[in-house]
Amino acid sequence: MPRVWILPAVRAAVLAGAVVLIAFLPRLVSEFRVSQFTYVGIYFIALLGLNILTGYNGQISLGHAAFMAIGGYTAAALILGRPGFELLGQHPSHLLPDSAMRPVFAIPIAGAVTGLIGYLLGIPALRLAGVSLALATFALAVSLPSIAKHFEHLTGGGGGLSLPLAKTPFGLDVSTSHWLYYEAWVCAAVLFVVAWILVRGRVGRGWRAIRDGEVAAVSSGVSPAVYKTLAFGVSAAFAGVAGALFVIQVSYINPDTFPLSLSILLLASVVVGGLGSLSGVVVGALVLEFLPIYAQQPPLVHVNLAKQASPVTFGVVLILIVVLMPGGAAGLLRLLARPLALLGKQR
Amino acid sequence: MPLAFSWADFGQQVTSGLAAGAIYASVALALVLIYRSTDVVNFAQGEMATFTTYIAWSLMHHGLSYWPAFVLTLLIAFGGGVGVERLLIRPVERRPEIVIVIVTIGLLIALNGLTGWIWGPEVKAFDSPFPNNTVDVGGVVISVQDIGTFCVCLATVLVVWAFFRFTTVGLAMRAVAVNPDASRLMGVRVGWMLALGWGLAAVLGAVAGMMAAPTVFLDPDMMLVILIYAFAAAVLGGIDSPVGAVVGGLVLGVVINLLGRYVNFVGQELRLPSALALLLLVLLIRPSGLFGRVAVRRV
Repeated sequence: MPRVWILPAVRAAVLAGAVVLIAFLPRLVSEFRVSQFTYVGIYFIALLGLNILTGYNGQISLGHAAFMAIGGYTAAALILGRPGFELLGQHPSHLLPDSAMRPVFAIPIAGAVTGLIGYLLGIPALRLAGVSLALATFALAVSLPSIAKHFEHLTGGGGGLSLPLAKTPFGLDVSTSHWLYYEAWVCAAVLFVVAWILVRGRVGRGWRAIRDGEVAAVSSGVSPAVYKTLAFGVSAAFAGVAGALFVIQVSYINPDTFPLSLSILLLASVVVGGLGSLSGVVVGALVLEFLPIYAQQPPLVHVNLAKQASPVTFGVVLILIVVLMPGGAAGLLRLLARPLALLGKQR
Repeated sequence: MPLAFSWADFGQQVTSGLAAGAIYASVALALVLIYRSTDVVNFAQGEMATFTTYIAWSLMHHGLSYWPAFVLTLLIAFGGGVGVERLLIRPVERRPEIVIVIVTIGLLIALNGLTGWIWGPEVKAFDSPFPNNTVDVGGVVISVQDIGTFCVCLATVLVVWAFFRFTTVGLAMRAVAVNPDASRLMGVRVGWMLALGWGLAAVLGAVAGMMAAPTVFLDPDMMLVILIYAFAAAVLGGIDSPVGAVVGGLVLGVVINLLGRYVNFVGQELRLPSALALLLLVLLIRPSGLFGRVAVRRV
């Protein structure tokens, strides 16, 4: 009998271990670390979405921070409502709801709104393949801050919007930072399952078929228009949820909250984690949060480098990874797991 | 606020638009040069230009006068461009497009950080070789700075064009862009021709950087917006057409200036988004750009 169960069993064990670790992490580390790991969860969601678009569907987006910003602004507007705007001394737009909304409910709506906008943007993007698409999304990320500044009644203009500080809702007995942590990671877990189901099934097959050969996919009856716009929409929705969580975490948003550099770093992190791998995304999220910190003050050696050391390291690491290790962190893991897979195939 | 329309004002907007457009045209041409030979859009083009402009600043800071520093910077830029192709692009040459794009993005991130690390994030003033006065041509006031920028950029473009048109090496480079395999069989050293293309692109970028720096001031992110406009210009003209890049750059410079001036809704803030919306419109109607070849897909 081939021992086919070994690899899936190991995988399930690792996944269960990860879930337990994530669930108990706040008890093990300081409050400050908890907030850092909240950001890891938020980046995890955004990177999942970007990996669906770039890794599974082969469309390069250099503008994912713009989708995060759309999600963030939607959440901020819903949480504040018209009364909140008036309290901040702003003139609210008539599009805003009459009353404030709980953050918990604002998150899925922000995701849905961003997903819809992403879907609509995916339609003109159909005519732009590869590089032109990267340029168009890059342009979106560059121009979003000035668009946000222009529509003051929805976004608070250059001054931004301050949200009421986050509180644990429903009278639960959890500290605020722990609540935000669990909020982010529960969203991350749900979206991970959603991504996993999508990628494994018919939709994911369609996405990969288009990535690997559009002409062949079309002749097999896979419609690029349907699948590409769907990938855009799903990916944007994920980014929107991440943006909403980010804004709730920092209680503030302005046109510079989601800068262009974030768009670029998101793409870089997806590649570092591994294109077309869901488990690699967690490595990408850890790198995105912690590399800037440790590049400035490397562990073990006592040097204090300038703030600019982190982008330099990021850039160099990125180039080295695509040149030497095209599969990213996930590729490395697969390489390490190969003996196990071979063991499974043995009789 | 919209003022009463006057032809003198209109002329002024057009001439300053042409000067900005010449800078976009140089960077756009650099992008097209690399796209034609290596089949990839170089996202690090702007950061390479910024880096070389900082080198020019340092040279001048150490006592060199403008034009010697200018020429020396162009030589350094050429060497840098060749070096980037040999060291970074060569190893991934035959890999999928996305890999090469990501290498150039890595270069963008690293160079941007390195510029800030070496020279600091604060904004620096950059000397201009042209006097700070204006000339009056039939009621239209034009700054000498604009005229100089336009002439230097266009002269560089013409030199590059002449190089491609009239020299054997230029011919070989064009051959490589059209058919690398056949060129190799004819004895052209394809690898070195690609590196040469990157070197020339870096020179064009350096010229644009040094021309832009006196007006936008020197800081690590100064080429970002210019790069976006250059992308737009290149795509507008057709990403594989050098003539299209230059025409696209000049047209874009003028159109943006006029939009910002005369369309009230656009103003200063929405210049970039409206230029990009315009570009998207062109692409939806004519995906290959104004001068580009229509790509026919072989099934």
